[in-house]
Amino acid sequence: MVRYAYYPGCVAEGSGREYEMANRAVAARLGLELVEIEDWNCCGATPGHNTGHLLGLALPARNLALASGMGLDLVAPCAACYNRLVTAQREIACDPELQVLMGRLLGRDYHGDRRVLSMVEAVAAVGAERMKALTVRPLEGITVACYYGCLLVRPPAVIRGDDPEDPRLLDDLLRGVGATTVDWAHKTECCGAAQALPHEEVVLSRVRRILEAAVTFRADCIATACPLCHANLDQRQARVNRRFGTDYRMPVLYFTQLLGLAFGLNPGELGLGLHFVPTAELVRRIA
Amino acid sequence: MRRIGVFCCWCGSNIGGVIDVPRLAMEALNLPAVAFSTDYKYMCSEPGQELIVRAVAEHRLDGVVVAACSPRIHEATFRQTLERAGLNPYLLVMANVREHCTWVHPDDPERAFAKALALVRGAAAKAARTEPLAAGTLPVTRRALVIGGGIAGIQAALDIADAGFEVLLVEREPTIGGKMVLLDKTFPTLDCSACISTPKMVAVAQHPRIRLFTYAEVVGLKGFLGNFEVTIRQKARSVDHGKCTGCGACWAKCPARVPNEYNLGLDRRKAIYVPFPQAVPNKPVIDRRHCRQFTRGRCGVCQKVCPVGAIDYAEEDREWQERVGAVVVATGFDLFEWAEAYGEYGYGRYPDVITGLQFERLANAAGPTGGKIVRPSDGAVPRTVVFVQCVGSRDEAKGREYCSRVCCMYTAKHAWQVLEKIPEAEVFVFYIDVRTAGKAYEEFYVRARRAGAHYIRGRVARIYPEGNRLRVVGTDTLLGRPVEVPADLVVLATGMVPAAGSGELARILGCGLDKDGFFQEAHPKLRPVEAGTAGIFLAGTCQGPKDIPDTVAQGSAAAAKVVGLLVREEIAYEPTVAMVDQTRCTGCGKCRAVCPFKAIELVTRQVRAGTAVAERVVAEVNPGLCAGCGNCTVACPSGVIDLKGFTNEQLLAEVDALCL
Repeated sequence: MVRYAYYPGCVAEGSGREYEMANRAVAARLGLELVEIEDWNCCGATPGHNTGHLLGLALPARNLALASGMGLDLVAPCAACYNRLVTAQREIACDPELQVLMGRLLGRDYHGDRRVLSMVEAVAAVGAERMKALTVRPLEGITVACYYGCLLVRPPAVIRGDDPEDPRLLDDLLRGVGATTVDWAHKTECCGAAQALPHEEVVLSRVRRILEAAVTFRADCIATACPLCHANLDQRQARVNRRFGTDYRMPVLYFTQLLGLAFGLNPGELGLGLHFVPTAELVRRIA
Repeated sequence: MRRIGVFCCWCGSNIGGVIDVPRLAMEALNLPAVAFSTDYKYMCSEPGQELIVRAVAEHRLDGVVVAACSPRIHEATFRQTLERAGLNPYLLVMANVREHCTWVHPDDPERAFAKALALVRGAAAKAARTEPLAAGTLPVTRRALVIGGGIAGIQAALDIADAGFEVLLVEREPTIGGKMVLLDKTFPTLDCSACISTPKMVAVAQHPRIRLFTYAEVVGLKGFLGNFEVTIRQKARSVDHGKCTGCGACWAKCPARVPNEYNLGLDRRKAIYVPFPQAVPNKPVIDRRHCRQFTRGRCGVCQKVCPVGAIDYAEEDREWQERVGAVVVATGFDLFEWAEAYGEYGYGRYPDVITGLQFERLANAAGPTGGKIVRPSDGAVPRTVVFVQCVGSRDEAKGREYCSRVCCMYTAKHAWQVLEKIPEAEVFVFYIDVRTAGKAYEEFYVRARRAGAHYIRGRVARIYPEGNRLRVVGTDTLLGRPVEVPADLVVLATGMVPAAGSGELARILGCGLDKDGFFQEAHPKLRPVEAGTAGIFLAGTCQGPKDIPDTVAQGSAAAAKVVGLLVREEIAYEPTVAMVDQTRCTGCGKCRAVCPFKAIELVTRQVRAGTAVAERVVAEVNPGLCAGCGNCTVACPSGVIDLKGFTNEQLLAEVDALCL
């Protein structure tokens, strides 16, 4: 059993409920104990760091300090939370004055000494062999387009571990449970992110481009590890079809949902009924 | 009591803008043995030097401290000044108050002043203990070694040989010619590269005073300015060039096919091969990594078909020594390995994303397509060609920080060539800045634009396949808008990096490299073709990116330097060498073990100890080989080795004055 401090972030109870369900279920199967950080707060993503630089640091710093108090490495499933936590940790570590200031702002000693892992990294750390041993329904015959977006791999000076131009961690994980993954150039193509609210047009054209590429590569589904990417690709797919007269029916799954299926978990337990684009046919092919 | 003069230089504002130089001179007057001190704006100038000469006479000085720049810059200058003043040049001590003080502490003038004064105090203490030293002379070996047979090495070798001296030209590839001979046309005149470089290759081969060693490498260098001993390794060609007539029967029949490095992998060659038809020498070698006789242990086709019995599979690498007086390094460049760094351009997975040098081969009549510009993937003529500049250059994140200098111009030339050879072709060039600093360069670039090349200011973010074409995604930073171009062929202007093996060669030669791995010149402005090591000279792109005119100019400049050295019968060597007190030496040999120049030998000598004379084994320094590094003086357990000009007594006095 490996224990992690778990930072669910706001989407866990909202738009990314199915991600949370799948993460919990898969973690249990992999022997990862996710101990939710008590009294966690906003990660400081877009609304936070756009309000003020210091606020954008202090919010994640508090979560880091809480994890440090638990004596555990920290797992953040949402790509934006993960990016914020790592960015704040690196920036504060490089500036002793900032470290003291954080102590003052938080009303407690700041220690950013625990590792911060994305869900992808935490799962990958389990090791390919154990994953293989747990696989009861290999994803054979399923072609997956792994879509990383930006926050999991960039900026390269801060987020390290995967290739920022051609990331491979998700591909390795899913190939490890039998899936075929496509070697496409759109792994980190921008999904339009939060432009969905002020400039939906931008997002629709970006999403269309990613979906088109996935179709070209004959992918059965897209796998992602970012709730915002997921929202754009899944939730807005119907609007893309309306806007451009297309007929995309590309299921967009969280990578832990696919892993969960491979481990023989119940689709309901993995939140597979909560998507906008139906996943039932894909699930049938695996189960 | 000695009478030391202290001369404090302002170096304009370099020193004088930070510390109070007149006050430094005033304070120096209080130091022991200092009889005179003064300051001047530029001590190295004519009036500055005159000031020293006059002061030596007027104040009967017998030692001089110059508080100015690094001794690397002007020690030689001021030694000559002392000579003119009638003093032994080694009675000079430099206090480096510029590089070691004002340049690094411009924001703290008070403490900088204190440091400058401490440096002067140390120098004065040393100066009070200096002794006159006399330089000896050694004969010069009047023959030069040129390493690298590209256009820089060819030019240097021809110039030295034309001046009447023998040249050894060592090239590691099977032919000379380097990168220039691979090019199609040269900017800005568009003259044929092969037409102007192959005659020079032939001139090298035919020159009575040039001995050419291709497929050979320099693997060792000993000795010093005027008297080097170089070790050359002739790699086994497996073909006896004495017998071979170059008839071509062998490579016609060879069954092995391997990617052809002379066409940058665009086609294949045989395992026994002549790199290209105009190669010098025009005789084949066997590439043993791919030859079936060597990889599988059987084949022997070339041996069977050779009419003169020149094939020798048993030939081995051969090493031997040669004596030379000077060395020219002309090892050139390689292209930045973009496929390892640029994932956004596909990591080399897309066949129609090529480099500028591959484009040269495509455009070259002697290349794999006979000069037709076509796509490597399907041989189709491209309608839209996109050029991407600064790939690996000016990119701190993925490549090198520096500008490679030639890419703007060769890209303009490529754009021109596409527009000229392919009617109705469209050409887009993505650039950061267009740099055309050269004679007639700007005019050529304007000509390419007027011919219809679309220049888009911005980097390319991504290239990916779309159907059987490529989509190039970038930004037009002048319009502030994203740009996408569907292209048939993409040409990357990859930057220059030092040739593979430069680091190893620098180690063998004892030369320094700069932060980017190019050979470091002795002075960036005033000694651009000399390496930091005396007797070694630099030519061409081994020293930094440059175009053909600059490369050829530097080849000739290096040759002029070499000739200036070789015309002398003998040269003076530095007297600052190690010296063993043989009456106290125990002959332990520790000094010999640490000497990097192999300048110390153990010899049997008649040694006088008190009144008795005994025969003992003692250390002895060869002053010609000794570089004055001082390793031995530190290693000697009995402390009986001193470095002249840097004796233990002098250094300790300097340290005491500095610290106490």
